Amino acid sequence: MNFLILHAPILIIAIPLLAAFATLLISKISPKLRNIFVITVLSFVLFLVLLLAHQVYTSGMQVYVLGSNQTTVATPSGYSIPVRIMLTVDGASIFMAIITAIVSLVGAIYSLSFMKKYSGLDKYYTLLLLMSVGMFGMEFTGDMFNLFVFLEILSISSCALVAFWTHKGEPSEAAFKYMVLSCIGALFVLFATALFYGQYNALNIAMIASRMKYSLLDKIALGLLVAVFAMKCGAVPMHMWTPDAYSKAPAPITAMLVVASQASLYALFRGVFTLYNVTLNCLTVGWIIIILGVLSMFIGVTMALPQHDVKRLMAYHAISQTGYMLLGIGVGLAVLGDTNALNSYGLMAMKGGLFHIINHAMYKGLLFLTAGAIFYVTGTRDLNKMGGLAHKMPLTAIFFMIGALSIAGMPPFNGFASKIMIYESVYKFNPVLSILAMVVSILTLASFVKVFHSAFMGPQLPEYKNVKEVPKSMLIGMGILSFMIILFGVFPDIVVNTIVAPAANALVNQGSYITKILGGA
Amino acid sequence: MFTLETNTGFWNPIIWIIAFLVLCIVIYVLRSFGESSYKKGEQIKPFLSGNPEPEKGDVHIRAGNIYWGFTESLKEYYKTMTNIHTGDINDYVYWFIGILAIILVVVSVSGGGL
Amino acid sequence: MIYNFPFIAAVILIGLGVYACMFKRNLIKIVIGISLIESGVNLFLITLGYRKGVAPIYTNAPSGASMVLPTPQALTLTSIVIGVATTALMLSFVMTIYKHYKTLDARKARRLKG
Repeated sequence: MNFLILHAPILIIAIPLLAAFATLLISKISPKLRNIFVITVLSFVLFLVLLLAHQVYTSGMQVYVLGSNQTTVATPSGYSIPVRIMLTVDGASIFMAIITAIVSLVGAIYSLSFMKKYSGLDKYYTLLLLMSVGMFGMEFTGDMFNLFVFLEILSISSCALVAFWTHKGEPSEAAFKYMVLSCIGALFVLFATALFYGQYNALNIAMIASRMKYSLLDKIALGLLVAVFAMKCGAVPMHMWTPDAYSKAPAPITAMLVVASQASLYALFRGVFTLYNVTLNCLTVGWIIIILGVLSMFIGVTMALPQHDVKRLMAYHAISQTGYMLLGIGVGLAVLGDTNALNSYGLMAMKGGLFHIINHAMYKGLLFLTAGAIFYVTGTRDLNKMGGLAHKMPLTAIFFMIGALSIAGMPPFNGFASKIMIYESVYKFNPVLSILAMVVSILTLASFVKVFHSAFMGPQLPEYKNVKEVPKSMLIGMGILSFMIILFGVFPDIVVNTIVAPAANALVNQGSYITKILGGA
Repeated sequence: MFTLETNTGFWNPIIWIIAFLVLCIVIYVLRSFGESSYKKGEQIKPFLSGNPEPEKGDVHIRAGNIYWGFTESLKEYYKTMTNIHTGDINDYVYWFIGILAIILVVVSVSGGGL
Repeated sequence: MIYNFPFIAAVILIGLGVYACMFKRNLIKIVIGISLIESGVNLFLITLGYRKGVAPIYTNAPSGASMVLPTPQALTLTSIVIGVATTALMLSFVMTIYKHYKTLDARKARRLKG
């Protein structure tokens, strides 16, 4: 057990990575064995993440240095600066890792039945595992270059999965668009990393942060990082790839793409809060993020209303919900230098934004999975062709309703808990933003009423007379997420205090992050 | 344990659920005071000015017709928005580079922090 | 001055690549544009590695000489490898698009919009 806890950071990345390529071999033996293998691996990773989470919450940030005999010492063998590759797991990283582990496992379970009738599944599961590797890597990495590497691993595997259905042209088109933007973005991240290396001779985030001078080059790097990660998380007006990629990917992959976007969101926060923190002009950068957030919220939801492809509609809602997170964190950033404001509402706004991340991953994942279930039985994603499905698929209808009420911020589901935190704290910062956020929430409800009405309500249509409830594994996948939603909805206080508050504190307290890695200096 | 403090207020799902259940019971009680002369079977059929009832599938309001009024009154906005979402990869890159340039300029011009 | 030329070249390469991604209609040319950006970034990285001292990974290094950290070279190698993977993947997407759409024009290959 101690061994597992000690090496958990690298095991969480290494096990799915090795398993990804082992999956190809095991597929040769038997597809059934492969399925069991993939589920086992992802369950084990979830277990490791929870173990590591316990460790982080009880004894603070964990550092793991690769290639050294003392893995927890940041500067081994007498070096005064950290030169080795390092994994750092603090409250924010482990918070994202929990989301990633849960959604990856659910995605894999759901895929068992959903993807059953397609060929090439060995590659599918390989890429799925690689995708979770990319996300874990981005969340745990302690240096800028590995951030780029894992970002690229994530882009490559998720693009390949978006284009998984090659018998049609559209998935490849969506994947190509996503890939072009991801590649340009990732190369800009590398450029920013090079700017840091050129100035500070370091790649380690803590090292750069401690030497940060905020020169012109740092400003350029900051602009690059903010723009790239805002694009990767789908902030308007750089969101155009999102509806394309989300709507054309297989449903379980879409649920994971939501988390992949949030990994980019995490990278944005890590960059802004840990790399720069108060050295940057908090008000300007905070407002940039707030404006991106408000635009995302509003344009995302208004574009969702007239959509008739169910997954495209949900993808626009994903953009709109990302806006809430950006708004919450942006307010936290804008008042970062001001201790009074930070304590009175800034930190609460950040907690709201972070809590919304985990809630969003759960309910948006659930909604995409229900959309996948609809697609599975009807063979169409067009809402105009649907109707009366609740007669035959009552469980899916209930799951959809839980997800829809949660995304619309209806009490007592989890979406309400995080939204009320954002509303109240943002209201103290700027009332207009808060009112806008509420209007967006109403429009969200309106558009999900539309989906629920046109897909599930109404008389039974003759063309869907013979549809059946979806297979068990899909129901289990959706059930896990619904359970989490209700759990988070009923116990918001426990969730916020145990996992969200450490994440917010980890982001705000740059000093303790640097001290942990560089020592007392 | 269930109460989420938000500095300015609080949120307790348990109180909300209890209130919701109480409300449901009140509504049920009110409903039970309803008309007792209701006849089952005969009165559930729709009366469409004496016209025959259409097929079930035709009654269902399809998604495209919902919120027609909303999109119609915001026609100009939706027209602009649809024009922006061209689906052309060049435009995607164009938007990305444009926003990147704006952010770079704003960040570079603004001074340092503390 | 002459030491700044590689930086200027890197920026020009990146600029050309971005230009190709923004204004070239052919999907393959967009992929070429991305390769150009990548070369520019790689050139920038390698140029940063040019410091005072002995070249890194040098077997018969004179004793006492201070060696340059080989970090930029390592980064560049990794970035090249990743670049190969991304380029291959993008080209395979282009192939699939061409197979189904019979066109490589970005203005025509846009069924996903709105």
